[in-house]
Amino acid sequence: MSNFLDLYNYWIVIVLMMLGFYIVIAKPNLVKKIIGLSIFQTSVFILYISMGNVEGGTAPIVDDRFSLYSNPLPHVLILTAIVVGVATTALGLALTVRIHRDWGSINEDKIEHRIKQEQDS
Amino acid sequence: MEHHLVLRVVAKLMVPLILLFALYVQFHGDYGPGGGFQAGVIFGAGFILYGLVFGVDRAHRVATPGVLIAFAAAGVLLYAGVGVVSLLLGGNYLDYGVLSHDPVHGQHLGILLIELGVGTTVASVMITLFYAFAADADMEFTDDEEANE
Amino acid sequence: MLFGIYSLLSAGIFVGLDAVDVAFTEAAVGGGISTILMLGALSLIGKKQEAGHSNAGMAVVIVTLTGAMLIYGTLDFPGFGHPEAPVHQHVAPRYIEQSPQEVGVPNMVTSVLASYRGYDTLGEVAVIFTAGIGVLTLLSGRRRHKKKNPGS
Repeated sequence: MSNFLDLYNYWIVIVLMMLGFYIVIAKPNLVKKIIGLSIFQTSVFILYISMGNVEGGTAPIVDDRFSLYSNPLPHVLILTAIVVGVATTALGLALTVRIHRDWGSINEDKIEHRIKQEQDS
Repeated sequence: MEHHLVLRVVAKLMVPLILLFALYVQFHGDYGPGGGFQAGVIFGAGFILYGLVFGVDRAHRVATPGVLIAFAAAGVLLYAGVGVVSLLLGGNYLDYGVLSHDPVHGQHLGILLIELGVGTTVASVMITLFYAFAADADMEFTDDEEANE
Repeated sequence: MLFGIYSLLSAGIFVGLDAVDVAFTEAAVGGGISTILMLGALSLIGKKQEAGHSNAGMAVVIVTLTGAMLIYGTLDFPGFGHPEAPVHQHVAPRYIEQSPQEVGVPNMVTSVLASYRGYDTLGEVAVIFTAGIGVLTLLSGRRRHKKKNPGS
């Protein structure tokens, strides 16, 4: 549809998203997984904000000097999402600390191994 | 941490400024960037700075954990309460237009109150999260049974 | 550390995209709070890092496939900053035009967040509160200073 090169903002987002995705599925360390998840989250924020941008527009604060504003609706959604994201990251980290306390490791393979050992015994 | 003199002096100067800035951001959310979430996070960050430099024990004395949870709940209640007041005054839930003699004034008042509620809850939760994760180097976890003896 | 830098960089990107409120929040939250939480969690976990085997080969294949599919999917998207994009069509112009008269607050993000979409913000405050309670429940063991004698 539109010019192919105009879509560069989506490619940046996809690169970041795939980076986060790779970290989540490839690394067995739980804390690294949480970091990957956070990178994924931030890339999604950039996706929405870049979609809400209007060429030549300004920040959505009403002022007599400007007539073209960027869309405030994605900003609202992402504002919410950022704070909820930090809350869930905190919850995930708390779970990880607790798992470490109970199983002595934050490596998912070792944790699975120890759970299986305890179930067999 | 007596040898971290520069850190302590700078922190003592910065923390009041940070908290004041957080209040500014809270109440100027109508006219510029800002509002409840940003203000709550900045306020929490100011407290966290204090806790990092002066030790978690002193931070506990300033902002007791029980009081913090009460504040967090109060923020949510304030928000929901504004909605209930709107109901009682004859409008829909969270319809700010009926809060005052003039719909636009009502909107202003409603937005001010709920942003206050949001800021309070966010700040309290941020400090609570810090307390949960912070441990000085010479502290360790104890299980609940041991702690209650 | 890198994590905090990454958050600050994304906050800079948000400013470049005219999203000042979001940049404000991301800078404070990502650069400040997230880093503190990460460091706190790591200090509670301890410094020993175990090397596990990572299934990197399979992961690279999955990631490349997904990325290719996503890029193929974005070929239909509107261009960056295009004023005729669907996201600018339905509700947003109404908010931008009506907000000065109906709400009277210059910051349109605040007016949408607090007035037009007040319900969502209420739910979100509840989520933050619940996350705080959840963390308190998980990490509720009281901390006390280590005993001086190693025998106990």
